[in-house]
Amino acid sequence: MSNGVLVIFDQNQGQVRHVVPEILTVARELGVGAVTALTFGVRASETLETLGEYGAAQAVIWEHEPFTRYSSDGFADAIVELVPQVDPSVILFPASAWGKDLSPRVAELLGAGLVTDCLSLRTDANQRVIATRPIYAGKALAEVAVETPIQMFSMRPNINKAISHPVKPQVLDWTPSIGENSFRSVVVEVRQAESGTKEVTEADIVVSGGRGLKAPENFALLDQLAEVLGAAVGSSRPVADDGWVPHSYHIGQTGKVVSPTVYFAIGISGAIQHLAGISGSKYIVAINSDPEAPIFKVANYGVVGDLFQVVPALTEEIRKIKANS
Amino acid sequence: MKVLVLMKQVPDTETRIKIRPDAQGIVEDGIKWVINPYDEFAIEEALRIREKFSGEVVIVSLGPKRVEEAVRQSLAMGADRAVIVESEQMLEPYLVVQALAKVVQDEGYDLILTGKQAVDDDSAQVGPMLAARLELPQASIVIKLDIDEGAKKLRVERELEGATEVVELPFPAVITAQRGLNEPRYPTLPNIMKAKKKEVKRIPLASLNLNLPPRVRLIQLTPPPERPEPTVLTGDSAETAKKLAELLHEQAKVI
Repeated sequence: MSNGVLVIFDQNQGQVRHVVPEILTVARELGVGAVTALTFGVRASETLETLGEYGAAQAVIWEHEPFTRYSSDGFADAIVELVPQVDPSVILFPASAWGKDLSPRVAELLGAGLVTDCLSLRTDANQRVIATRPIYAGKALAEVAVETPIQMFSMRPNINKAISHPVKPQVLDWTPSIGENSFRSVVVEVRQAESGTKEVTEADIVVSGGRGLKAPENFALLDQLAEVLGAAVGSSRPVADDGWVPHSYHIGQTGKVVSPTVYFAIGISGAIQHLAGISGSKYIVAINSDPEAPIFKVANYGVVGDLFQVVPALTEEIRKIKANS
Repeated sequence: MKVLVLMKQVPDTETRIKIRPDAQGIVEDGIKWVINPYDEFAIEEALRIREKFSGEVVIVSLGPKRVEEAVRQSLAMGADRAVIVESEQMLEPYLVVQALAKVVQDEGYDLILTGKQAVDDDSAQVGPMLAARLELPQASIVIKLDIDEGAKKLRVERELEGATEVVELPFPAVITAQRGLNEPRYPTLPNIMKAKKKEVKRIPLASLNLNLPPRVRLIQLTPPPERPEPTVLTGDSAETAKKLAELLHEQAKVI
C-alpha cells in the first residue's frame, strides 16, 4: 500500500523559499510515512542540507537538462512518471505561483484530487488527510478531504512553522524519460524584482499604505518604516489602480492575500476586500485619522491620528528599540 | 483566431459571506453576482486578440440560471456568442474541467483564456487542469500576452513572487489572466442592446453524461476566527507612536 509524503518544490541556485521548510515540517508531522523531496534545476543538490535539516528521508534531484528551465507540461509529465517509484499517499506543493501552475496539471494527469492553498493539514482516524483552506479570500474557511488514493494539497506560505528535525537524506537516483511532445511551454527568461524588494506573501512584517497617504511620493514614509522593520511594502487596491505603486503591491481579495506576523495598515480605511486579504495576519496595526474607519474593527492595535506625524515618530521609536536590543 | 473564454459568475467582492446552517455552502439571498474579476481580464484580452487578428470570441460558462446575467454582460463587452453548461449544483474544479473539456472540444479553438482563479472558492485549478485534460500547453497568472500568429507561438509574462517569468509556448494553449494584463472595457449602451440578441447555447449538465465520482469532499464551512478587541491609542502623535512601539515590543513581542 502506498504511503509517505512526496513534497515537490522549486529552488533557485540552491536556495529554497521559506515555504519549503514549512511544508517539510507539515509533511513529517502528518505521520503517514517517510518524506521524499523532489526539486529541479541548476544547483538543486545544494538544497540537500536544508532538506535533511527539516526531515526529508529521501531526495530526488533533477539538475540536468531539460530541468534547468521550468516547463509546466514537462515537469508535470516527469513527476507523473516518478510517482509510482515513490508511491506516496500524499503529495504536497507550495501554493506559490510555481506550485499553483504545476499542481493542477499533475493532479489531472494522476487522476488525484487536489486541494489548493491550504492553511493546515491533519489526519483522521484512518490516516486520511483533512485540510483547512480559506475561501472567499478568507471570509470563510472550508474543511476538505480528498477521496482519491493519492491526496494532493498545496500549502500557503507563512502559516506553518518550520521545525528542524535533522536526518541524512538518501538520494534516489532515478531519471524520467522525456517524451517528444513534452516541454512545450518553457521559461526563457526570469526577471527578478529590484534587489531589496521583499515579497509581501512571504514577509514576516508588511507595511501597507492607502489613499490616506495622499500622494505617491509619500510612500517614502512607509519605505522608511519598512526598512527599520525589515518589512515588505504593500498597498490597498485604489492606490495600485491609480498607479501610485505597481499592481504587485495590491493586497486584498483580488490582489495578494497575506498572512504576516504583523500587518501595518497605514491610511487604509479597510474595505471588505482588503480586510479579507489581511485576515490571516497575527497582529494588525492600524494608523488612520478616521476613528470610524472599518480597519479599527479588525486591528489589534490602532492609532487614531495624523499618519504624517505618527509614522515618522513610530519609525524613530522602533529604530531606538532595535538599537538597544 | 478563435478564442474561448471560460467565465464564472461569482459573488461581488463587496459581499459579506454568511454560512448556511448545514455548513455546506453560503447563503445566496441578496448576493449581487458579477463576472469573476480575473475572467474580465481574460474577456478583454480575447476582444483585443479579435481586434488584432480577427476571428471569434466565445464565452463558455457553467452554473445555474443566474449565470445568464454575467454571460449577457460578457456579450455586452463584445464577445460574439456564448455556451452555458446548466448546472444547479456547485461542482468541484475537477468536475467543472471534465464538463468544460467536452464543450470546448465540440467548439474547437485556437486559444482558451480564463482568470487565474475565481474569487469565490479561490481554487485556481480549472485553467491548468483543463490544459492537462486537453493535452495542451499552458501558462497561468499571465500579465502580458504576445501572439505570433504565423509561427503559432505565444510569448507571455507570468507574475511570480518578486519576479517576472517569460514563457514561450505553442498554441492552441490555455492561458490564465492576472490583474495587470489589461484594463477591461465597460459595455457601451449600443453593445448592451446588441448583447440581448446574441446567440446563447444551453447545454444541460446531465446531457454530457459525466457520471464521475467526486475527488474532493467538503466536510464543512466555518467562519474565520474572531479578532480580539483592539487597543486604540489617541492623542499626541509622538506619545501614541512611542506607546505603540512599546506595545509591539513588550506586549506582542513582534519587534
